[in-house]
Amino acid sequence: MKVSEKDVTYVADLANLELTPEERARMLRDLNSILEYVDRLSELDTADVPPMAQVSGSYDAAEKKGEATFEYAMRADELGPSLDRQVALANAPESDGKFFKVPKVIER
Amino acid sequence: MDLNSLTVASTLSAIRERQTTATALTEDFYRKIAAEDAEIHSFLALSKERAAAAAAKADALADKGDPLPPLAGVPLAIKDVMVTRGVRTTAGSKILENYIPPYDCTAVARLEAAGAVVLGKTNCDEFAMGSSTENSAYGPVRNPREKTRVPGGSSGGSAAAVAAGFAVAALGSDTGGSIRQPASFCGVVGLTPTYGRVSRYGLIAFASSLDHIGPLAHTVKDAALLLGIIAGRDPLDSTSADVPVPDYAAEIEKPVRGMKIGVPKEYFPDGMDSEVRKAVEDAIQLLAAKASCEIVPISLAHTAYAIPTYYIVATAEASANLARYDGVRYGHRSPASATLSEMYRRSRDEGFGAEVKRRIMLGTYALSAGYYDAYYLKAQMVRTLLTRDFEQAFAQVDAIITPTSPTPAFRLGEKVNDPLSMYLADIFTVTADLVGVPGISIPCGQSREGLPIGMQIMARHFDEAAIFRLGHAYEHARAA
Repeated sequence: MKVSEKDVTYVADLANLELTPEERARMLRDLNSILEYVDRLSELDTADVPPMAQVSGSYDAAEKKGEATFEYAMRADELGPSLDRQVALANAPESDGKFFKVPKVIER
Repeated sequence: MDLNSLTVASTLSAIRERQTTATALTEDFYRKIAAEDAEIHSFLALSKERAAAAAAKADALADKGDPLPPLAGVPLAIKDVMVTRGVRTTAGSKILENYIPPYDCTAVARLEAAGAVVLGKTNCDEFAMGSSTENSAYGPVRNPREKTRVPGGSSGGSAAAVAAGFAVAALGSDTGGSIRQPASFCGVVGLTPTYGRVSRYGLIAFASSLDHIGPLAHTVKDAALLLGIIAGRDPLDSTSADVPVPDYAAEIEKPVRGMKIGVPKEYFPDGMDSEVRKAVEDAIQLLAAKASCEIVPISLAHTAYAIPTYYIVATAEASANLARYDGVRYGHRSPASATLSEMYRRSRDEGFGAEVKRRIMLGTYALSAGYYDAYYLKAQMVRTLLTRDFEQAFAQVDAIITPTSPTPAFRLGEKVNDPLSMYLADIFTVTADLVGVPGISIPCGQSREGLPIGMQIMARHFDEAAIFRLGHAYEHARAA
């Protein structure tokens, strides 16, 4: 078993998920089954292969224009229209009309 | 008026020639949905006021004899992962059960600016995670062609809506195959454009380097028309490409004689479903015989590593994108949580379904300290290897044709207890998403049981024109 129950607890903490005991057991089984399949990636020799996080980097459109990569994605640092406060609060589970309300963040 | 056979062009001419009005047509579609969608369950919400307003606008222009915008009065359905201002948007999840977005997805806004009538939001796998629409928190969709079968996923609602004649066309989203696979299962056309061709602004994010918006329609021409409207640089999406949008409608009629079609052996493995193999091979032969294309056997050597790569990259990105669902600003908040931490954890556990939780856990694990190099970084390197496979292939050929899916539509419930088996359904579609190339699924036959079979055509980045030309030529050759 690659993934242990401790791992499931640790990862669930990181992911902010409160799993029930049944969910934990199922997760242990599913994660192990999937990771066992995914492990075949280690068959490949990637010693000199650069990682690819984003395909757009391989588009040469920007180079053709003589610009730096993703130059077109930048804009001037200027203020523009934004969401009206009431609109932004409209989906709030709890609000005082000015802010989103949540349980106490800092214990005194 | 046979709603099942309407295309964009025939809808426009029917309205222009006053055979019907946009308002009457919209009402016809809502009547059909009311009569038949209870069984199919393709829609989650109907936007009747918005649709009526758009139809009235189209009719006002038609009444005056003014030129009509390119999609005037054309009824469309939108997958519920794209936000629509004022219209409930759920992403197929309970965590957004009551979410009313304050803004519109760019792709939807562009369709409406072109005169389209948005009928409603379609059902989908939760957060677009799935290959059958069985992961929807609101109940599954039935394949209109065979109601004991899945429509595919995650854009199952959109594919079913088009197949059932509930909309002339639809928008779906594709991260690992979620437009193309349901299109092939339901017997409609589904296009996943090049990554960055269409803005993702307003698409509820699953995996940001893999997500795409694309059209589902009855014909290749309609898919091309819709792409022409939604494609193009959007300042609101920094990953939307600064590449000009061709006139796809003009491109589609250009000849395909002499185009080189690559057939990769890895997509026709021994033991594959013989009916799928035959349908796709026959389609390729038809293009060779009737459209004078040249068939070139090729190899995409790292194909077998695409699914493991995808399930690391996509889940890792998803774990980050779904961190925002914390019960603070929108979405489900667990009642009576004493602490902030409890609120986060319980809201998420209560609001997310099993598949979503599974993928968040997998992605979080792959990114966690000690595992990042072995999983996420490794997967990113394999992504480069897959990209090189395609670059080498496109040095020899203009397009690549494969089956869209290893099988036709499977039965409802058949794969729900075996996540890995469900993941393997994406085996022919995930490569395009990982590499960013465009791909279309076009109906090319059916199984003995009458289940649709789709063929996939892929092309170079931003060469959707080649896909449309070949697809259109195939439709013509088949009809001849």
